[in-house]
Amino acid sequence: MSDTEEKKKPEKKKIIPKKTPMPEQDPKVRAHNFDEVPFGYTPEQAQMEAARCIQCKKPSCMNGCPVNVDIPGFIKLIVAGDYVGAARKIKETNCLPAICGRVCPQETQCEVECSLAKKFEPVAIGRLERFAADYERDHNLIELPAKQAPRGKKIAVVGCGPAGLTVAGDLVVLGFEVTIFEAFHRPGGVLMYGIPEFRLPKKIVEKEVEYLENLGVTIDFNQVIGRSITIQELFEKHGYSAVFIGVGAGLPSFMGIPGEELGGVYSANEYLTRSNLMKAFLFPDFDTPIVKGRTVCVIGGGNVAMDSARTALRLGADNVYIVYRRSRTELPARAEEIHHAEQEGIIFKLLSSPVEIMGDERGMVKSIKCQEMELGEPDASGRRRPIPKKDAYFTIDSDLVIMAIGGNANPLLTKSVPGLELNKWGNIVADVNGRTSIPRVWAGGDIVTGSATVIEAMGAGKKSAADIYKFLSDSDAPETAVAAWR
Amino acid sequence: MSRIIKKRELVKDIFEMVIEAPLIAAKAEPGHFVLAMPEERGERIPLTIADFDRKAGTITLVIMVVGTTSMKTTRLPEGGTLYALVGPLGHPSDIENFGTVIMVAGGVGTAPIYPIARRLHEVGNRVISIHGARSKSLLFWEEKIASVSDEHVITTDDGTYGRKGLVTEPLKEILENDRDKKIGCVYAIGPAIMMKFCALTTKPFGVRTIASLNSVMVDGTGMCGGCRVSIGGKTQFTCVDGPEFDAHVVDWDTLMKRQKIYIKEEKCSLDKYIEEAGIK
Repeated sequence: MSDTEEKKKPEKKKIIPKKTPMPEQDPKVRAHNFDEVPFGYTPEQAQMEAARCIQCKKPSCMNGCPVNVDIPGFIKLIVAGDYVGAARKIKETNCLPAICGRVCPQETQCEVECSLAKKFEPVAIGRLERFAADYERDHNLIELPAKQAPRGKKIAVVGCGPAGLTVAGDLVVLGFEVTIFEAFHRPGGVLMYGIPEFRLPKKIVEKEVEYLENLGVTIDFNQVIGRSITIQELFEKHGYSAVFIGVGAGLPSFMGIPGEELGGVYSANEYLTRSNLMKAFLFPDFDTPIVKGRTVCVIGGGNVAMDSARTALRLGADNVYIVYRRSRTELPARAEEIHHAEQEGIIFKLLSSPVEIMGDERGMVKSIKCQEMELGEPDASGRRRPIPKKDAYFTIDSDLVIMAIGGNANPLLTKSVPGLELNKWGNIVADVNGRTSIPRVWAGGDIVTGSATVIEAMGAGKKSAADIYKFLSDSDAPETAVAAWR
Repeated sequence: MSRIIKKRELVKDIFEMVIEAPLIAAKAEPGHFVLAMPEERGERIPLTIADFDRKAGTITLVIMVVGTTSMKTTRLPEGGTLYALVGPLGHPSDIENFGTVIMVAGGVGTAPIYPIARRLHEVGNRVISIHGARSKSLLFWEEKIASVSDEHVITTDDGTYGRKGLVTEPLKEILENDRDKKIGCVYAIGPAIMMKFCALTTKPFGVRTIASLNSVMVDGTGMCGGCRVSIGGKTQFTCVDGPEFDAHVVDWDTLMKRQKIYIKEEKCSLDKYIEEAGIK
């Protein structure tokens, strides 16, 4: 923090080259607790950072935001000291600002477009968004926006994750009656089961969901649409005018190597769901158990791998390895997540790929055999392809292995809807506005795109909500093709 | 919702609970399961639907007390509610007229076998039920099973009722005497070890044999992969690919090991609960 303090009073036009640092927990301390890592800006820090924004006439930062937050607008309000006004400005287009301020990859979205970024560090837009949202919430100043008059039309949203919550938030304000159907017993989808407490405290998710409930959104828990109620029934029996499907990605992938059936081998989905949603990190105060490893190997290099590794550390592991088959430059995780993981002492085993997992007589994992890799020519994804090195193997004694290598579309819902067009990976085919092959059925988020980010799902939700509104405002809107389902 | 309408202890530590769940009851078919969670801090456990009444809007669950979650669930009072109940999940049983079917039920497996036997009986199968328990005092639903069976063989491990011995013995005899190959299908539901030995018994006869697996699950919708099993060398998820599988190609030993992953934690959790709840 010292370098910015020296430059506390800049010349009027002189730009501070670096972001105002955000204080955070010491890595040695936080590696043993589940409390949030960054503390957030104080009003003074937020002011200092907001003052770095040069208020471009044609702001390009907004182009990078999937939900088009008026970034210069809210930053200007922070400069003016109107923090609550800033929060409400954000909420004009983003109903989950405290979440987005924490988990959006700003460095590849708004911040990469920031005019300052050409010469300096960009304005810390994410940190400022978080500050404004936290300020409004922590001071109990959250107010509900005015809603349009009831339209007498019901919208069903399937899945209570970021896409579904956004659709619900946008449409309820426009006067629709919105019900979200959620398979789990808690709201939030990946925000609740996937992202750990230390990165996104669950009370913040609860608060943002509560805001939507106060707006009039109903959440019907423990409903697996396609099972307890079908999409057809939502239209025919329950009188919904439109359905939005935002059920997320789904089935976890395994590598298909020997030993994956051993105890202590998890998909990241299972590991994180046990810890985050079921609160296994508080076992035995909560009943769901989790295998606690001393030496842990996490396979994969994305954000989910970082979350798994850092969770394992907090559950008491001595050594946690990230085993990734490409090199450092190809790691798909956000730079900030990699940085945090390294600070906490996660060990990166790059250019390595597991070939076999060995177990003990009880059927629990005891070691993992990996092969060294080298990088060849770029593949279809544009990344250099990892090629196994002949006879170059090593073994890590490990009592917990977590597979964080992505997944496939979950067919549970999609298979129950005849006529719903899917692509070859099983994802729903939807146009830019989220329209699917069935009239009155929209879809967005990971079930359409495959694994992506929270904000991209929200962006998709936003477009679908606008399109649902447009569609239902048109009296000639076609009925859903229910007949085709019979 | 998920209100407990009726609860009774069938035999020691096995409870029958009738639960108000109209949406689940409306869609339930033999072979389906639900995920239940007794309270907010509880665990999610899969339970096969033992019966359903679409008109009354209820489902019946039969739960054996083995750990914290089953104990918490069965200690809920009539009129109380489950914190979460999700379903119906999994594929329903393949119901067709196989000719003659053998329904092997072991212990608490009697409950899920009942609706399948009933449906198979309804569609015209001759149903032979082999109904086993460790002891007479642990045998339940004798009349219900009898009502959907053309033949009803009872076995107890200790010989206190019916025939002394394991269910595999009459199973083998019936298959040996089936010279006209009338038996088209065998269902085996019970402890994994029993299902494994039923599969080994029927294999030489080449009779299609179905088992319903009781894997550990979290979500029950394919998301966690915790219930993965090896079926004919291929990894499948019990929740979305099952829960019923060809018993001859299930990797039983791995399944049984996977059921014991949390054995230490389960004991720790149960001891803590028993102490805190002041259970004798």
